[in-house]
Amino acid sequence: MKKVGNHKSFSKIFFSLAFMLTFSLTAFSQDAAKGKEIFNTNCAACHKLDAKATGPALRGVADKYDKEWIYKWVKNSGDLIKSGDAQAVKVFEENNKVPMTAFPQLSNEDIDNILAYTSEPAPAAAAPVAGAPVAGKDGVTESGVSNNVILGVLTLVMAMLIVMLFLVYNMLTKIADAKGLEIVKKNRSLMGLFNAYAKNQFLVLVSAILFLLVSAYFAYGYLMQIGVDQGYEPVQPIHYSHRIHAGDNGIDCKYCHSSARVSKNSGIPSLNVCMNCHKNISEVAETTATEEHSKAFYDKQIAALYEAVGWDKSLQKYTGKTKPVKWVRVHNLPDHVYFNHSQHVTVAGVECQTCHGPVQEMEIMKQHAPLTMGWCINCHRETNVKVEDNAYYKKIHEELSKKYGVSQLTAAQMGGLECGKCHY
Amino acid sequence: MASNKKYWKSVEELNENSSIVETLRNNEFVEPIPVDEFLGDKESLSSSSTTRRDFLKYVGFSTAAASLAACEGPVVKSIPYVVQPEEIIPGVADYYATTMADGFDFANILIKTREGRPIKVENNNLEGAKTGANARVHASVLSLYDSLRLKNPKIAGKDATWADVNTKVKASLEDAKAKGGNVVVLTNTMASPSTDALIASLVAKYPTTKHVVYDAVSESNALDAFQAVYGVRALANYDFSKANTIVSVGADFLGDWQGGGFDAGYAQGRIPKNGMMSKHIQIESNMSLAGANADVRIPMTVAQQKQALADLYYAVVSGAQPKNAQIAKVASQLKDAKNKGVVVTGLDDVNAQLVVLAINNALQSEAFNPSDAILTRKGDAKAVSQLVADMKAGKVHTLIMSGVNPAYTLANSKEFVAALKSVKLSVSFSMKEDETSSLTTIAAAAPHYLESWGDVAITRSNYSIMQPTIRPLFNTKQFQDALLTWTDNTVAYYDFLKSFSATSLAGKSWNQAVHDGFVASVASPLTAASADYASAASALAQAKSSNFDLVLYSKVGMGDGQQANNPWLQEFPDPITRVSWDNYVTISKADAEKGGFKNWNVANGGLNGSYATIKVGNATLENVPVIIQPGQAKGTLGLAFGYGKKAALKEEMQVGVNAYALYANLNSNQSATITVADGEHEFACVQLQKTLMGRGDIVKETTLEVFNTKDAKEWNPIPMVSLDHKPTAATEVDLWDSFDRSTGHHFNLSIDLNACTGCGACVIACHAENNVPVVGKSEVRRSRDMHWLRIDRYYSSENTFAGDIELKEGTSGLMNSIDTFSGMEDPSENPQVAFQPVMCQHCNHAPCETVCPVAATSHGREGQNHMAYNRCVGTRYCANNCPYKVRRFNWFLYNKNSEFDYHMNDDLGRMVLNPDVNVRSRGVMEKCSMCIQMTQAVKLKAKREGRLVGKDEFQTACSAACTSGAMKFGDVNDETSDVAKLLEDERMYHLLEHIGTKPNVFYHVKVRNDK
Repeated sequence: MKKVGNHKSFSKIFFSLAFMLTFSLTAFSQDAAKGKEIFNTNCAACHKLDAKATGPALRGVADKYDKEWIYKWVKNSGDLIKSGDAQAVKVFEENNKVPMTAFPQLSNEDIDNILAYTSEPAPAAAAPVAGAPVAGKDGVTESGVSNNVILGVLTLVMAMLIVMLFLVYNMLTKIADAKGLEIVKKNRSLMGLFNAYAKNQFLVLVSAILFLLVSAYFAYGYLMQIGVDQGYEPVQPIHYSHRIHAGDNGIDCKYCHSSARVSKNSGIPSLNVCMNCHKNISEVAETTATEEHSKAFYDKQIAALYEAVGWDKSLQKYTGKTKPVKWVRVHNLPDHVYFNHSQHVTVAGVECQTCHGPVQEMEIMKQHAPLTMGWCINCHRETNVKVEDNAYYKKIHEELSKKYGVSQLTAAQMGGLECGKCHY
Repeated sequence: MASNKKYWKSVEELNENSSIVETLRNNEFVEPIPVDEFLGDKESLSSSSTTRRDFLKYVGFSTAAASLAACEGPVVKSIPYVVQPEEIIPGVADYYATTMADGFDFANILIKTREGRPIKVENNNLEGAKTGANARVHASVLSLYDSLRLKNPKIAGKDATWADVNTKVKASLEDAKAKGGNVVVLTNTMASPSTDALIASLVAKYPTTKHVVYDAVSESNALDAFQAVYGVRALANYDFSKANTIVSVGADFLGDWQGGGFDAGYAQGRIPKNGMMSKHIQIESNMSLAGANADVRIPMTVAQQKQALADLYYAVVSGAQPKNAQIAKVASQLKDAKNKGVVVTGLDDVNAQLVVLAINNALQSEAFNPSDAILTRKGDAKAVSQLVADMKAGKVHTLIMSGVNPAYTLANSKEFVAALKSVKLSVSFSMKEDETSSLTTIAAAAPHYLESWGDVAITRSNYSIMQPTIRPLFNTKQFQDALLTWTDNTVAYYDFLKSFSATSLAGKSWNQAVHDGFVASVASPLTAASADYASAASALAQAKSSNFDLVLYSKVGMGDGQQANNPWLQEFPDPITRVSWDNYVTISKADAEKGGFKNWNVANGGLNGSYATIKVGNATLENVPVIIQPGQAKGTLGLAFGYGKKAALKEEMQVGVNAYALYANLNSNQSATITVADGEHEFACVQLQKTLMGRGDIVKETTLEVFNTKDAKEWNPIPMVSLDHKPTAATEVDLWDSFDRSTGHHFNLSIDLNACTGCGACVIACHAENNVPVVGKSEVRRSRDMHWLRIDRYYSSENTFAGDIELKEGTSGLMNSIDTFSGMEDPSENPQVAFQPVMCQHCNHAPCETVCPVAATSHGREGQNHMAYNRCVGTRYCANNCPYKVRRFNWFLYNKNSEFDYHMNDDLGRMVLNPDVNVRSRGVMEKCSMCIQMTQAVKLKAKREGRLVGKDEFQTACSAACTSGAMKFGDVNDETSDVAKLLEDERMYHLLEHIGTKPNVFYHVKVRNDK
């Protein structure tokens, strides 16, 4: 996958947020910023501040338990439970008896920092929102205003011109009246025009030919687009945003579409792949929401995933009741075409975006390429075979490139235009 | 132009007084059209809410809507797994080792699965595996998706739960125990040590239980003989690769004789190496597959065979000279061969089987291996007839059956069915609601072997594991699981099997054994006890001829008939007669003329034949179609099992007659009478041309002597053509420019006519791999069969093919030629037979390519002739221009079409389709693609792994299925590959070389050891 720049500079927002918070909370003796860093590297996989994940929510944890106990627990919870500490056993049992990883490497000071971070009061809902529009206005609103202004000015100029012309016309008429000139008005009936046209055989012939040619052109265009679904963008049962996943978060395409490496199918990821991340991400950040789709909207989609995969968010458990998702297939190759993803992705090293377009910018997946045979063949004609470090190609490339007198063979020269290579 | 001619439209006009003619002169129709009925009632017409305008609107709107809707692409749903199993990657095939065991066919195999669906059977090529997957084994994957399978257990014909079934059976078992009633477990040969243990524990719990083993096609006499000599109920094993003189007396060892699976060893010895190859003498009555491959074939009646066998025995043991000159020659060759000789027999007679053991022991034959005895037949004919007698006498309280269908396969099935009523509870574990399970109290739905766990001991040195390759499709339960429940065992059969097999795995771990599919060990030696061979031989010598000897056999395609609902097997043409969708009685030409039986061709090319009525004892079989079989011994008849089934069979598959009705006492040799019956039968025969008419360049043949002593130019001449009025080798003349094929891959397929036994496993493998449709009997009859790969069978019209050529060369003059050639159309009474697999030859200069108006067929650089189905407009020029006649046309849509109600017409059957190969539509041409999907997959794998393609990694479906090694596929540009060496072999020739098509398929001259 191409390295994609963050669509909405997430990090910026985070930094500003952190910056803001750091300043506002310097009153704490421990370093909450450091604590956050440690939290994110060590704890965030299982804990959230305000919601239960694999482990319990950690905001205000310092108030609940004794600090010395927390040190022991963090460094080795297993020992604590084994020792029969009543509180430890209780916590263990409350959390589905999932043992917490021991962190003997954390010093007491580190833990203090984490606790400082977790003790920060929950940010007012307004805070991140206040941050978000800044980024938003920078991008969208400004350009919108300028366009509107230009358009408005243009309209005004046009209107003024029309008014001026009308005024000039009136003026001239008045002058003519005043001078006693008579304006001859020609009788321009439509019938007369048509009769004149019908009498001119040459004109009729030319326009008939023109008409036929134009209609043939459009008919051809119409026929050629039958079965070509470029831009096909069906509504999916779950609003899955490639923009958020591949764009904003920069997840590699082949993390989810892993079979593209070895199989003819790229594979729609099974829901357990989604749960690798979404076990911990049960809601989107406020900043993910766009003007089009609210946070609540996206959260609903994650909830839909949970329902399909049978994940009980509150109990952090699989219920076993699954509802497989019936996605609508976007790229439909006809049955008589054999296409193999692994040949293109693994062997040729073609970027996913070459055929699928800027997926990282697509809110909803759509068909980017026409997927016609001409489109396939053009690429085969133009693309060089990637032969480097591939022992399979070594000999055949040497011999064939000598034969064709080229330094780099295209897929077509390698036999990529033969009918039977794709049709069997 | 005036004319006096009178034209009349119907016969009625000839009758001048006819009222009809008068009426017709005035009116268009004789009777007035009843328009009043729907237009007469003005009131209803005017009050109708639909006016004429509305009607037109509706028509217009619906037409527009329909045409608009047609422009919309269909919405395709994709449903991924919720939790994807680790081993499954959509689009990538997985292979699992398992073992087929259905009581008739046993083989170590691999199953190719796609997205969890088994789609193809492959050979397990690990060292020591018992392969020999025949056509039926390859087709068995389709039987898994049989839409007529039993989907639920049934009690008294109604769907029931397994709990009900178990309660009912247990109650009956307890009742039998309390009352001392007999319980009988009647099974086929399962060859499963763990199942035997489970049955033993059932016997321990319910001591009145008896286990009876029943093979539909019995080897009881051979088993009795072996048991008498070696003390084990098994069959002697043979390795024909170690023999240089093979004498078979009535044993079709390349077919289903004693379980089959001998072709690989046989073929190994048939390929001439260092001037040596084995010599095969076949003495038999039916023309069998083994007989067709024999160097010398002596047709004899059953009685003559018995005498010949006795003569052979005396000659080997005491040196007595047989009276019959032919047998004397055989005996001397056998004696000369010493321990390199071997004798086998298929005579269904305990004395004959004993004598064979004696001969092989006397010869100290290396090919004869009693220690590694075959365990796949255990049936006891006497016990079965005793069971029916007991049932009749009301002595059987509970009858539990598994894998058997006695109501269809017993000769006295009527007695069995009647006696079944006096059994208190009968259970039948069956995949189908067949003749038996529809009559039993409980029809227990059994899974297919691809859904089952199990262990199979194929021979004494083999312990094989059967593992499921798909979850049970229906609510089925294995017989073994039920046995565990009935013996109050709570473990699942899988766990039982795992612990049970621990002692048999010979050091392999369970996982390794499941992975390999089998464990090979060394069989403990068996020693022969003395038996009364002399009296056995003298009993044989006194065999008396009967009226007609009926020899019942099983066909390569149908076997014992349990896969009768498998359309691949029904459409599979018999290798010998080339007839599909039928069984028939085979009769010699002389007997046919005497009895008034005929075969003839009709206008549409179909083969028709007379019907016969066959009587054996009191049993009569009516309307048996007759085929006149060259090579059939005079005074003998042949008839195949497995047909004439009615229950749990689609209507199209209910073909043929039930030969089991004549299988009295489970003996395949019967004395019969045959008479002509009325009517004519329509066969679906795919090859009507029986002989080669002396065209020796199609199947090139030579003798071992010539092959060893003469130059290749003499026995494998390159055809000559005229260039500038000078004779020139056809290979040097060319109309076309040749592509440079020295770079990259260049695929060739090699077919060794010496090794090919004609078994047809490749035909079914091709069917499965390439989604070849089944077209049905009436279409096959119209020569519209779709097999991409056919195995042509030719008979010689003289005694040998060499004789044919001589006769043809010696013919001159018009009248003489007409007489000679029309005579040559008929095969000889005892002809030589040749098999020749023919598929698309992938000509480098293909005649089909040049005539295609739309360039739908074109050539690839790698040697394959491509066929782009969607480009094809169906002119069929290519098929007309193909000299090999290998192109097949889709006359109809064969999938999702109720007119062709085979597997492609139901959702279940379509699960067997290979997703990598297109399913063709109506109106397009198709043909062998040289399995381009397989070569492409191998290339891609190598590219992905960044390495060169390994030696002999390339395969086609046919070459992978060929256990005899006749078909070898590969890249001739890779000098190390087998096929590159085979291309340079001096036996190599191309089919119809003189027309200069330069095919990429080549053959090897057949060498006969006819000394």
